[in-house]
Amino acid sequence: MILNGRVNRTLTSTGIVYLVLVAAIVIGAILTGLHDRNFFSTGNVRAILTFTSVLGFVAIGQTLVILVGSLDLSVPFVISLSSVLAAGIMDGQSGNVAQAVVLTLLVAAGIGLANGLIVSLLGVHGFVATLGTGLIISGYLATNYQGSSGSAPRSFRLIGANQIGPVPVSTLIMLGCAAAAILLLRRTRTGHQIYAVGGNREVARLSGIRTSVPVVVAHVLCSVLAGLAGLLLLSRLSVGSPTIGSQGGYDLMSIAAVVLGGTLLAGGKGNIVGTLGGVAIFAVMDQVMSVIEVTSFLQDVVRGLVIVLAVAVYARREVERRPAPFDRPTGLDAALVEAR
Amino acid sequence: MSNLAQLLSGPRSVGRPAIPAHLRSWPGRLLSSLATPGGAIFVLAALILVATIAENPNFGEPGVLIRFFGRTAPLAIAAIGQYYVIVSGEFDLSMAAVISMQVVLAGNFIGEDTGRIIPGLAIMLVLGAFIGVLNGLATTVLRVPSFIVTLGMMLALTGIVKHLTGGAADGNPADDFREIGRGKFENVPVVEVVPYSLLIFLVLAVAAAWLMRRPFGRSLLAAGDNPEAAHRAGTSLVWLKTRAFVLSSLSATVAGILLVGYAGVHPSVGQGYEFTAITAVVLGGVLLGGGRGWVLSAAAGAFTLELLFTYLTVQGVESTWRPAVQGLIIILAVAVSGRAWTAGRRPRRGARRTEISTAPPQPPSPGTTTGEVDA
Repeated sequence: MILNGRVNRTLTSTGIVYLVLVAAIVIGAILTGLHDRNFFSTGNVRAILTFTSVLGFVAIGQTLVILVGSLDLSVPFVISLSSVLAAGIMDGQSGNVAQAVVLTLLVAAGIGLANGLIVSLLGVHGFVATLGTGLIISGYLATNYQGSSGSAPRSFRLIGANQIGPVPVSTLIMLGCAAAAILLLRRTRTGHQIYAVGGNREVARLSGIRTSVPVVVAHVLCSVLAGLAGLLLLSRLSVGSPTIGSQGGYDLMSIAAVVLGGTLLAGGKGNIVGTLGGVAIFAVMDQVMSVIEVTSFLQDVVRGLVIVLAVAVYARREVERRPAPFDRPTGLDAALVEAR
Repeated sequence: MSNLAQLLSGPRSVGRPAIPAHLRSWPGRLLSSLATPGGAIFVLAALILVATIAENPNFGEPGVLIRFFGRTAPLAIAAIGQYYVIVSGEFDLSMAAVISMQVVLAGNFIGEDTGRIIPGLAIMLVLGAFIGVLNGLATTVLRVPSFIVTLGMMLALTGIVKHLTGGAADGNPADDFREIGRGKFENVPVVEVVPYSLLIFLVLAVAAAWLMRRPFGRSLLAAGDNPEAAHRAGTSLVWLKTRAFVLSSLSATVAGILLVGYAGVHPSVGQGYEFTAITAVVLGGVLLGGGRGWVLSAAAGAFTLELLFTYLTVQGVESTWRPAVQGLIIILAVAVSGRAWTAGRRPRRGARRTEISTAPPQPPSPGTTTGEVDA
């Protein structure tokens, strides 16, 4: 109860994220209104939600990896790989969908396992480890797939196309994954270990945590979620494409979304809800800019500016309002209190 | 030989007290520095060079070899720039975007007008320095992680460049300007030609090695190793890191000027350079996260990487496998060099524990409850 009173008085960084989101929606609504279009029309809302689903999958995984103090630059290649792999196995037959999905996710999990083991056991920085595995996968893709290949059957394509009201099914699946990730972080031992290891690996080790476990778990989950994003893109495009991931720039965009959502790039602090807010801000910005016909190149300029400015605001806040040691419960303490 | 034996067995395990590495004779120091990640890269480069020449003797011709070095010079210059930033504990992802911006600028501003070469060069350098200042101030004053700052800069610059050019190649600078990148001194004895790009690289490399021995370089290493300690020691982190970012952007600018000569004008020139430069620096044994590494090793890393690609080509490996090899190499390099740096840094955990236990605390003398020291 005391905790609640404090939270209400001080604005959390997640709170700021959602304030920025509201501001983005208001500005977006005005700008689209000036172009004689309704921001809240079904088509527009659906487009925004569809955008959130793919980046959302990747960003949820990226949040876990960043929280544990690592990074994942291999996601775009995992996305491409899972898209061509699943398309190849499905080969247009509805009967093959289940085995294609299972096999693809297993391969993705294997890549995540490799990433996690390289980071935790070999002691290689996540940046280099995942840049390396990403390059290895991209070499494999470039050698074995020249263009788009395989095809998805109609039943599988429906996942990308179906919707309940204005909400696409893919967005619902993404939100389901987000809920699972939130439960993982808040209610499980591994989740708490992720925060502990990300905050200070040496202290976590001295407190008796086997530090490699949360690192590996975070990397495996991140790659599996990237695999899901690849499957979703396959269901939309209906053919596997070996360049779909790198074209989307999902590595840097997902990191940007995570940081925009208030998570510390150094790890140990942040949450999934903030990340979802960050993804939504990107989605609203993209949709508004395409409605008012800003060229895609200038969209990049705006994105770059927003990312840097938003993070500057958090960083400023971090410095000025850092509590005295032991004064206020941190995110982990709050989570622990709640878990009790 | 005794030096080598001592080196291999490690300083702690020998009976007589080990001489500190910096007090040994110069061959000894050379040998021990070759065992560090920063020195090992030169051995690795030599090995790959020998292997390549063994496979394709043509590559061993001085003329062919020096052209190869000239071709790799832009990457090595970019690696030197990236080194300043990495060794101070930061990243510069905007390098490729700076290169493509400068290339397009050269194409559009200089064009066919030879008189505009000097002002064009001046504008490019000033703009490069300005971008470095922006990156540095955003990282240090606004306290945004450099990864995010330079990512934002990359998005913004590529966006502007593609918006202005429409994503296609246009404008070709005067041939005199392109000569900077692709020109060479002819009729040189032994090596036939000396590319200008190689000379520019050599000048910058010497300057970099000198700079890293100056107070600036020492502080940069200190700031990368422990920013808090460097700050307490009186270093201005803001000005220091900003200078590192300026040097990085300027190196990217020079690399861009040279690349115009080789590749012509297209917004995609320089694509992927940031990650290749980081790979080269890391391969040169520089610790990601800052504080360790030699600038010339970073440059050697660039040459080693290109040599490796040449070797693979000679071996008949498909060029599509290049990225995979690059990926494998950086993981291995960092895994090995990370171990080596920590090994040199402090005694192993077991060793430290025994050190503590060999000096047991003096048992308190009985009866001194007043706290007086028994003399």
